[in-house]
Amino acid sequence: MNRGGITTSGGIFTALVLITGILLTGYAGMNALDVAFGFHMYLMAAAAILGLIALLMGRPYTGDAGKYNYGVVKAFVIASIFWGVTGFIVGDYIAWELAFPFLNWDLPWTNVGRLRPLHTSAVIFAFGGNILLGSSFYVVQRTCHIRLVGNVAPWFVFWGYNLFIVLAGTGYLLGVTQSHEYAEPEWYVDIWLTIVWVVYLLIFMGTLMKRRVSHIYVANWFYLAFIITIAVLHLIHNLAIPVSFLGSKSYSFQAGVQDAMTQWWYGHNAVGFFLTAAFLAMMYYFVPKRAERPVYSYRLSIIHFWSLIFLYMWAGPHHLHYTALPDWTQSLGMTFSIILWMPSWGGMINGLMTLSGAWDKLRTDPVLRMLVVSIAFYGMSTFEGPMMAIKAVNALSHYTDWTVGHVHSGAMGWVGMVSFGVIYCLVPWLWGKERLYSMALVSWHFWLSTVGILLYITSMWVSGILQGLMWRAYDNLGFLEYSFVETVEAMHPFYVIRAMGGLFFVLGSLIMVYNVVMTIRVAPREETHSSAVLAPAE
Amino acid sequence: MPSHEIFEKNSIVLAIAIVLVVSIAGLVEIIPLYFIKSTIEKVDGMRPYTPLELAGRDVYVREGCYLCHSQMIRPFRDEVERYGHYSLAAESMYDHPFQWGSKRTGPDLARVGNKYSDKWHRDHMNDPRSIVPASVMPGYSFLGKTDIDPKRYKAHLKALNWTAQPSGVSENDTGAMYTQAMIDNAAADLAAQAGDPDSDDSEGLQKRYGGKINVRDFDGDPNRITELDALIAYMQMLGTLVDFKTYNAKANLR
Amino acid sequence: MNYEEVASISGTIGLIMFMSMFFVVLAYALWPRNKAKFDKAARAPLDEE
Repeated sequence: MNRGGITTSGGIFTALVLITGILLTGYAGMNALDVAFGFHMYLMAAAAILGLIALLMGRPYTGDAGKYNYGVVKAFVIASIFWGVTGFIVGDYIAWELAFPFLNWDLPWTNVGRLRPLHTSAVIFAFGGNILLGSSFYVVQRTCHIRLVGNVAPWFVFWGYNLFIVLAGTGYLLGVTQSHEYAEPEWYVDIWLTIVWVVYLLIFMGTLMKRRVSHIYVANWFYLAFIITIAVLHLIHNLAIPVSFLGSKSYSFQAGVQDAMTQWWYGHNAVGFFLTAAFLAMMYYFVPKRAERPVYSYRLSIIHFWSLIFLYMWAGPHHLHYTALPDWTQSLGMTFSIILWMPSWGGMINGLMTLSGAWDKLRTDPVLRMLVVSIAFYGMSTFEGPMMAIKAVNALSHYTDWTVGHVHSGAMGWVGMVSFGVIYCLVPWLWGKERLYSMALVSWHFWLSTVGILLYITSMWVSGILQGLMWRAYDNLGFLEYSFVETVEAMHPFYVIRAMGGLFFVLGSLIMVYNVVMTIRVAPREETHSSAVLAPAE
Repeated sequence: MPSHEIFEKNSIVLAIAIVLVVSIAGLVEIIPLYFIKSTIEKVDGMRPYTPLELAGRDVYVREGCYLCHSQMIRPFRDEVERYGHYSLAAESMYDHPFQWGSKRTGPDLARVGNKYSDKWHRDHMNDPRSIVPASVMPGYSFLGKTDIDPKRYKAHLKALNWTAQPSGVSENDTGAMYTQAMIDNAAADLAAQAGDPDSDDSEGLQKRYGGKINVRDFDGDPNRITELDALIAYMQMLGTLVDFKTYNAKANLR
Repeated sequence: MNYEEVASISGTIGLIMFMSMFFVVLAYALWPRNKAKFDKAARAPLDEE
């Protein structure tokens, strides 16, 4: 083991970078043009100082003496759980705000317009991102039979990525946003994420290149496509001109129709590569592992990998049907969205059929049940998506809650459930426990989440279709039948049901927190349902 | 086909193949939008935002208004009757970033300009439910209490001149979004449009940006220039620029 | 060349190109000689030391 501490080349390099960072951010903080920018620069300076202290104390070099680097994976898992619960609570709070608007309190930092990006970034990039980065570091080590490259670098990615999240989240509350959905952070936060992401790519590629097995396992293909494509999307989509290098505000480089196309080229592929390809990577490792069955069809995984990453990139224009985007672009977007149904279901079939011969495990293993239900939700929302991309359907669904419901069937049902399943797999494996503290609590989490998701998506279907129909309703005399505010009033009961569904989901996640904490700290609980006891991985 | 093994055996080749495969769509769908001339319709009346309108737009962006209000009227009978003429690409050619939105929790705002009085907007921003009892919009009473520093906006205009400039539609001499005169007078123009009693240069503002500019005290407090001034100035011009009497829909079919 | 011609030619070229890309992937995945290798790869998560 390398215990050279600060004296390694990586350590010296990192120290120099950190010192430069302290000087730069300290200077920018002292001369900041707005409060948010100053706060963020001092925050970055403080983070760099802490990083330097940790480096001098040799922290990254101790504690992970085993064959694999599990320390950083543990940190990602804990961060994912923390941000997940935070993001779910903020999301549910917004849901209550829409039902009972006095909850906005007429304050800048509690209104729905500022909290919404906080919710979306917290669940996608903080909850989802941390488990993706963590699981990718786990899977690439295990399937390449080699330790993660670098000692300092993986920890730099962990702290750097979570600093990005803190900068983004606090920025939203202070009104720092470039208003591109799912990419709201301003120019300096984007630059910071770029640095972190490049180091992440280098670690992942470096580990792949040093692998001890000849074949690169398919899960790593998906992770690599995720890392590379997110980098491409992030760099091109976030092109912006800062008003000053000492202030937070910038203007997007592109305008109007081109800006809209680029935003949804990015936005749709944040779904395609962050929320789909990368979570499929998780599926391709953890479902076979948990079910103790090989991947159903490796051939199918190859075909659907290349089809999926090629086709997804085209589908963005379906977010802009009937807008001022030229028709030819809309038609391309619709066509490819419909074709995309096939490779999406390729992934679903491969995931579900991996269970063939092991279906009985669903009865006894609630973790596997979570993974399988997540794949079912994946199949459902990737059928609904192409359907909503058809222009005639989109004419009704666009701008309504139907879209919101669709997103959440994917986000809560697929991304949420598969992440919970992976967390429940990883915690005992990483902390060397025989099994989880309580399988009964996993079942509780499973049912609370499922009921919550169903309440959410059914209420949004009804409110979305209802509102779409009310907007286009005409009375006998040929006048529009409803004023806009009448359609808002009609949404109220569904907004309450949606918020209740969200509450169920939050409660489930709190049970997970308790179960994870107890698994790490105490011995497994005696449970009468003996078949719930599962053999841990090694 | 053993040669294909290179994909799983060589991670660099795999990475390059991924880059190539994911790049095609963006190239095909985004690049032509800059080169196909019909993408942005030929219209009369478009002009860059005045400094006050730009400041209002910044507030609109900052508060996340686009999350509940679209600015994109689709060409359907009900939308055209409810909101007005369907939106054109030309109408957002100065929008950095675009604000088309993706959700209508509240109504579309693409043509909200000149529909309601300034007082309606003031009351509605301060307490939405005092005007529309069933509204679920948050109150924005803090906007009228927050002053704007006109001097800061010169830098904003300059930054916008560094962005992708609209091609072939600019009527000013430099081909850039803002002329040097607009940049030099940004602070004065902002104050003048907000009806600042100390500023009498509204003629210069009209001359620089064209005739169709609302010049008045928007927020009801003539002694202050607040974010509410800016936001209402922005909203009162939304969708009012293009002269649809001279717009030829057939010639602009895409 | 007018817009219609460009659109139809690029559509045809695109179709041929993308279909051939797809068939290359398909042939690779279904090539009989690759079967044993893929069966081994499918067990990768289970065959860890």
